[in-house]
Amino acid sequence: MRTVYLDNNATTRVADEVLEEMIPCLRDVYGNPSSMHHKGAEAGEPLNLARRRVAALLGAQPEEILFTSCGTESDSTAINAALVAYPDRKHIITTMVEHPAVLSYCEYLEKKGYRVTFVPVDKKGCLDLKALYAAVSEETAIVSIMWANNETGTIFPVEEIAKKVKSLGAAVFHTDAVQAVGKIDIDMADSAIDMLALSGHKLHAPKGVGALYIRKGTKFAPFLMGGHQEKGRRAGTENHSSIVALGRACELAAEKMEEENTRVKALRDRLEKGLLETIPNSFVNGDLDNRLPNTCSISFEYVEGEAILLMMNEFGICASSGSACTSGSLEPSHVLRAMGVPFTAAHGTIRFSLSIDNTDEDIDTVLECLPGIINTLRQMSPFWAEAMAAKA
Amino acid sequence: MWDYTEKVREHFLNPRNVGVIENASGVGEVGSLSCGDALKLTIRVGENDIIEDAKFQTFGCASAIASSSALTEMVKGLTLDEATKITNDDIAEFLGGLPKEKIHCSVMGRDGLERAIADYRGEVVKETQGNVVCECFGVTDLEIERAVKEDGLTTIDQVINHLKAGGGCGKCHDDIEAIIHKIKGDAPMEIIKPVRMSNMQKIKLIESTLEREIKPTLQKDRGDIELVDVVGDKVYVRLQGSCASCSKSQITLKNHVEAKLRELVTSELVVEEVK
Repeated sequence: MRTVYLDNNATTRVADEVLEEMIPCLRDVYGNPSSMHHKGAEAGEPLNLARRRVAALLGAQPEEILFTSCGTESDSTAINAALVAYPDRKHIITTMVEHPAVLSYCEYLEKKGYRVTFVPVDKKGCLDLKALYAAVSEETAIVSIMWANNETGTIFPVEEIAKKVKSLGAAVFHTDAVQAVGKIDIDMADSAIDMLALSGHKLHAPKGVGALYIRKGTKFAPFLMGGHQEKGRRAGTENHSSIVALGRACELAAEKMEEENTRVKALRDRLEKGLLETIPNSFVNGDLDNRLPNTCSISFEYVEGEAILLMMNEFGICASSGSACTSGSLEPSHVLRAMGVPFTAAHGTIRFSLSIDNTDEDIDTVLECLPGIINTLRQMSPFWAEAMAAKA
Repeated sequence: MWDYTEKVREHFLNPRNVGVIENASGVGEVGSLSCGDALKLTIRVGENDIIEDAKFQTFGCASAIASSSALTEMVKGLTLDEATKITNDDIAEFLGGLPKEKIHCSVMGRDGLERAIADYRGEVVKETQGNVVCECFGVTDLEIERAVKEDGLTTIDQVINHLKAGGGCGKCHDDIEAIIHKIKGDAPMEIIKPVRMSNMQKIKLIESTLEREIKPTLQKDRGDIELVDVVGDKVYVRLQGSCASCSKSQITLKNHVEAKLRELVTSELVVEEVK
């Protein structure tokens, strides 16, 4: 069976070019970059190259890039750094629709005595900027707002927000840009953003590597201590081959960004249009005018997401859902809840996320299979007949 | 990815006995759209109290559908007395086991069966008459007591896996803990909250009040209203037709819609418009 992989916001395939550059690092370049011999020096140079490549994608300086183990570590490091650097400020601002990497950590900090403002969104998933700005004060240590939402693809105006909240007195602005990097143009040279988190495996590098951009001059405190690596900002021997891979993946992402915004976007739009046309009682979630080019969150009323996913899996289609049952939790996604997606549809929400690996054939497969799957499940659902009867 | 058995997968992909029996002898309904799963079981009872046919409609995940399908296969040909002895464990066992987070799917099957039989016999299932403990999923103290007793549950996680109770906001964890201790007899029983509507009951009542009392008046003026969501005591609605653009819509919303819902559902409700 052919695999149709449409779950790229969960993780991506490691690009061939990336893997090629990784392999020698695993096999031959095994020295520790900190060592005082030629094997150490041999390992050091690829790290420097990777740092320059990541910086180039972000319009940053190489010394502003800190390598970490994942997006979550980057987020935790950023938030922790701000709280340590500004110990008198006990207020944090984030959003109700953040990834758990930020959301759960903020909820933990709330229990530890910090005051946390969770900014709400409207039904399109757009931030309530008035509420956000009203919450900022001289007590605010950090404002952490994602660049683009992982479930709906909705893009937040983080550049504008960063400028505004800092003018209103917030100490640090951080953005979780894990879904945005490589898909939209980012230029830190002319920006008020202090810190930015990214993850390797969302842009065709392997899992287990991420980076944190820290603007020069930003007060910083390390999250991991116990070594001098990364200039003392992140202790621990470098994940050498993966960092090298991340560097190459960032270089590729810059090359492919246009394709992402033209060909991939066209595929996404064709998928979305086709599904809306053939499946009644379906609608797309998110800000349709201001969205990542690869993401489609679509709700099918009166059916449940896990059942849809498993039936699609029978046809080789991989996607994910905002439903409760897939995650092991019992309530549907916090993002859909925050947007007020009606309960008739929240459980039946599917996220398709594309990448440059996808083809027209992939979209054809979904368009052929999914209408039948939804129909089968609806015929089984006690609410579908009721809803249709009520309509007639 | 859940570790489903081949039998769960097979019953999910090829469910048996999907549908509704016309003029059924008994109907059992459990769950709701907001809870994420629901089952409507219909049975036909023939001579000597034998279940001649059973059909189901299920909204839910793969294991909910498979559990319903399994249940209908299991009960056909049994007498009502035999059928009442079926436990959720029997359903899970028929399917070669369920992941522990999915046991509630088999419990839903058993509850549906119990209600269908009670419906046929003209009885009311006692457990549904208790006091609601878990508001998120509308689970009563009697249902929790029964599961703790019959299935030997000892932790909140087990109660969540079996009944979903406590799996939402988590506010009821102390109450659930108290029930577990009471049954196990190792702690004094805490006072259970007074009788009140479950979320599910509340949502249903809001829906029917909108349909019967509010929509007709709005429709007279070529307007309409749609229920978007109910979160706690907040009722989110969308005004449609001429109401959507009417300059007096806020007055309609507060003086008519909210007042009516407060009168007929509960006085704490607050109606908010979603644009």
